[in-house]
Amino acid sequence: MAKTDPSASTAAQPARTTKPNRFRKEWTHLKKNRELLMLALPGILYKLVIAYIPMVGLILAFKYFRYDEGIFGSKWVGFDNFEFLFKAQDAFRIIRNTLGYNFVYIMLGTAAALLLALLLNEVHGRLIKIYQTAMFLPYFISFVLVGYIANAFLDHNAGYLNTMLGWFGLEPHKWYLETTPWIFILPIVSLWKSIGFSTLVYYAGITGISTEYYEAARLDGATRVQMMWRITLPLLKPLVIILFILGLGNIFRGDFGLHYFVPNNVGPNYPTTDIIDTYIYRALTKLGDINSAAAVGFLQSVVGLVTVLTANFIVRRVDKDSALF
Amino acid sequence: MPLSKGFNPMNACINVFMTVLCLLIALPFVLVVIISLTSENSLVQNGYQFIPEEWSLEAYRIVFEKPDPLVRGYLVTAFITVVGTVASLLLTAMTAYPISRMDFRYNRPITFYIFFTMLFNGGLVPFYILMTQYLDLKNSLLALIIPGLLSPFNIMIMKGFLDKIGKEIIESAKVDGAKELRIFFSIILPLSTPALATLGLFISFGYWNEWYNALLFMDNDKYIPLQLLLVRILSQIEFLANSPLAEVADKLAYANFPTLSVRMAMAILAGGPMLVIFPFFQKYFVKGITVGSLKG
Repeated sequence: MAKTDPSASTAAQPARTTKPNRFRKEWTHLKKNRELLMLALPGILYKLVIAYIPMVGLILAFKYFRYDEGIFGSKWVGFDNFEFLFKAQDAFRIIRNTLGYNFVYIMLGTAAALLLALLLNEVHGRLIKIYQTAMFLPYFISFVLVGYIANAFLDHNAGYLNTMLGWFGLEPHKWYLETTPWIFILPIVSLWKSIGFSTLVYYAGITGISTEYYEAARLDGATRVQMMWRITLPLLKPLVIILFILGLGNIFRGDFGLHYFVPNNVGPNYPTTDIIDTYIYRALTKLGDINSAAAVGFLQSVVGLVTVLTANFIVRRVDKDSALF
Repeated sequence: MPLSKGFNPMNACINVFMTVLCLLIALPFVLVVIISLTSENSLVQNGYQFIPEEWSLEAYRIVFEKPDPLVRGYLVTAFITVVGTVASLLLTAMTAYPISRMDFRYNRPITFYIFFTMLFNGGLVPFYILMTQYLDLKNSLLALIIPGLLSPFNIMIMKGFLDKIGKEIIESAKVDGAKELRIFFSIILPLSTPALATLGLFISFGYWNEWYNALLFMDNDKYIPLQLLLVRILSQIEFLANSPLAEVADKLAYANFPTLSVRMAMAILAGGPMLVIFPFFQKYFVKGITVGSLKG
């Protein structure tokens, strides 16, 4: 069966668009495209069940959920869940932590990755590979294992951090039971885990810059530092801005693995480690407080969509080709 | 790019800085390995050290004495990785191919339909209720496989590759009377082997390191993948630190199984092999990263 190109057939039939006609035309199109549609169908159904049906479940934020009554049978309660949520101190705390930490991760990550990419670009030959591999190692392990490694440093009795404090005659800390240290520990771990990845992104951007610029600059007697400032950085600027803005767009999505396994999910450090994602997980699976979890989840999904759309809008303004859509 | 050869103070500084940095990044791994090789006595007396007083293979001996949980963990993880990767590759290719065909009438709406899920989702609560109440997947191996089957990110990479396949091949197959399904399975898939290999690597990496769904949906002892096994061992530390009797409990921890060195030995046996294997494929990860970060 030789199929004709559907776009060609659309062109062949000029706009006779009375209603039943259009309906029939669409049906012919459907028949012509049915095989490709069949191929896409499993994926479409999959997303329907796994992604779209749960979106309907967002209405749970306005219901009092009971397992025996199901999503649709449960009673509507208006904004009660939100009221309850914001009466407790938790809501303020987890939103502050999520936004605060993500902002720090983005700032630190961007600055460090940019710096390292620039340095890496000044290195010759084989060494680059070795540096890359070393920086990339943490990328390959799960956050569960990161939790173990963090524990090697933070264990109250045997941890290496306390050993190091001992060298200076300082008192050992009970890190997992304290709050302040986490403001520093979490960004350090985040940076350690992600630096290889983000450095490579910028490094790839740099190697994509045409060598002609550098050759011309060298002929004019430019130094390497000058080339870095006047060529590499300006040409890298769009990429930096785009990744930065996209990072901000995702600022409501916390890093569950980092905030769950590294502080080891220990109550006393929640004030400075608990984020929206860990809170929802705990409310849902440990405390059985589905209503608060649903309310926060609703906020996260909706506000998250708004921030991503805003970020994309700004990226479009900066550089149209780099926008997601 | 820089061509200057010979000794250069700036180069030397950069290399010293990078070397120190890389050592700092790699040392935590070394510490964990050394802890697992330290005798329990040394650990209790001196804490964790890079150069322990007394080396010992005791921790590994203890783990291998009762290897059941570890072996089971490897079997479960290997199973979900293999099944998940194969199913995911097929589903990804089947979804990416139609939307890569410019002459497919529904390519734009379907593309939007798939990628919209990257921007907006129902969040954990509805997903959890769907999986446990409606699909009844609590404690099922499928709960570890299904959620990761089809990621828009992978579709994007696959589509990027398919876009480069010449349309003439498809056209001439059609002229010869081949149906779309046949074109896909006997022409497109074989041609996509390089892309499928790279994607397969990402996907298997994802399944191997998967812990989130295991944490959510597995609460009995039947199927415990490696990562969840590690979570459970780690949470014993949580229990001890959380206890109101933390002081006493901390001391007890040394007397109880699993001991400090055994804990780290488990972490190494469960996580180590992949840490040795994955870096060999670093090249492909880098490729995927650059594709992904520039468009997505």
